[in-house]
Amino acid sequence: MKTSEESRPTERVAGPATPWPADMKMRAAGVDFYYGAKQALYAVNLQIPTGRITALIGPSGCGKTTFLRILNRMYETVPQARPEGEVLLDGEDIFSLDVVGLRRRVGMVFQKPNPFPKSIFDNIAYGLRINGMASRGTLAEAVEKSLRRAALWDEVKDQLYKSAYALSGGQQQRLCIARALAVEPEVLLLDEPCSALDPIATAKIEELLFNLKDTCTMVIVTHNMQQAARTADCTGFFLLGRLIEFNKTAVIFKNPARKETEDYITGRFG
Amino acid sequence: MSFRTRWRKSANVVMLSLTGLCALFTVSVLFFILGYLVWYGGKSLNWAFFVNLPTPVGESGGGMANAIVGSGKLLILASLVGIPVGLLGGVYLAEFGGMTFSFIVRYTTDLLNGVPSIVMGIFAYTIIVLPMKHFSALAGGLALGIMMIPIAVRTTEESLRAVPGTLREGALALGASKWKTVATVVMPAAIRGIVTGIMLTLARVAGETAPLLFTAFSNRFWSRGWNEPIASLPVMIYTYAIAPYDDWHRQAWAAGLVLLALVLAANVGARMVVSRGISFRRV
Repeated sequence: MKTSEESRPTERVAGPATPWPADMKMRAAGVDFYYGAKQALYAVNLQIPTGRITALIGPSGCGKTTFLRILNRMYETVPQARPEGEVLLDGEDIFSLDVVGLRRRVGMVFQKPNPFPKSIFDNIAYGLRINGMASRGTLAEAVEKSLRRAALWDEVKDQLYKSAYALSGGQQQRLCIARALAVEPEVLLLDEPCSALDPIATAKIEELLFNLKDTCTMVIVTHNMQQAARTADCTGFFLLGRLIEFNKTAVIFKNPARKETEDYITGRFG
Repeated sequence: MSFRTRWRKSANVVMLSLTGLCALFTVSVLFFILGYLVWYGGKSLNWAFFVNLPTPVGESGGGMANAIVGSGKLLILASLVGIPVGLLGGVYLAEFGGMTFSFIVRYTTDLLNGVPSIVMGIFAYTIIVLPMKHFSALAGGLALGIMMIPIAVRTTEESLRAVPGTLREGALALGASKWKTVATVVMPAAIRGIVTGIMLTLARVAGETAPLLFTAFSNRFWSRGWNEPIASLPVMIYTYAIAPYDDWHRQAWAAGLVLLALVLAANVGARMVVSRGISFRRV
């Protein structure tokens, strides 16, 4: 009978002998989260290392997206939502920072591509314009730079003023990534960015995330364990609102400490 | 065939005919009105109608130039009142409102929509005409503007609600404040619905007569500025139609035709705007 070794997803080691980073970009301590009276997260302690990709995995409804949305305070769009506990960005408490400033430093890419009904150029320029980050002269350069970082420049350089809706799904998602990158965030949060895309578009996006690592810390929520194993340096496993285990990806997938993690990884549930 | 079958079949035919006749009646009313106006109004429509002032009875060549311009001026004033209030009120209801206050605002807006237009006229009479001690375009414009507000608020609110929440989230996540999101992403996305709503409400108030009867009153000559009584197409139709002169009756028909043509053009135009509207396509 095939052991669980066979069904473990293949992984890619994040470079030879990469030293474990000493600094943590973001730190969550004792985070609870409530939707009204219902508690969704229980005492989550998590540290996001700088310049690495952190994946959050777990079955549907386990709280990983809820946790992600705390990191840039997007839960504030829901009236009854309330976090408790401490979350630090570079040592600063995010709940006392100005939310607009926080969201400039911590960007987000959503599950389904959501480009604005504007041209491709205006989509990328939007963040720059509202944050006053580029003058008229430098705007075109900044837009080009973002599109190059998102590996989209060559495909759209001749149609910058066409509507963003003319692009395919994978291109739209890369556009959303470029749009988020334009404001030069320190952290980029990605909520299942490839779940609405085909495998080829997914592969392109995973490659671009890998290339972005040194300039941008990333946290990616994913349903796809193989994706986590391929792209992430460390992985956190959520279950029923609790963080069960958090470690380097290789450890989580080869040698999980908790039984629940092992059950999930080997596909016994979820 | 049994009795039941025959009964069922004939009931079917009767109801089909009845409903068909009612539908036909609805459509034919519009065509009747159109037909009458085109027939009687078309006969008296000439260039003089559009460029001349009203002439004394008996003289030919009279026109309603001052009424056409007057209706235009009144609509401009009404827009200055109705569009900002309606637009921003709709934005508040769709984007910022709390539960209780929004409910109250929506409810009172619907009540305001049901207020008879002559009561609007009395209201404007009391607060503008009486203190000023004369009729004016201002009073008429205000009365029409207030009548525009309910429809403008509701159509703005619905157009804004139709914009998907994912667009708002995308803007917020880039560091846009709530108001910036609304002004730079949500409103441009909803603009077609909003423009349609405003065109429809303008078309509606363009034909209102009762609120103008004792606010703008009427004027047989050109009105200067905004402080004088001003002529308007609906009031001229009213005045001319009840007068005993044939020449005036013909001019009233012509005015009716012009007014209806403008209203229909606005309605058709509004539908064209919305049919070429933005669809939030997802691949």
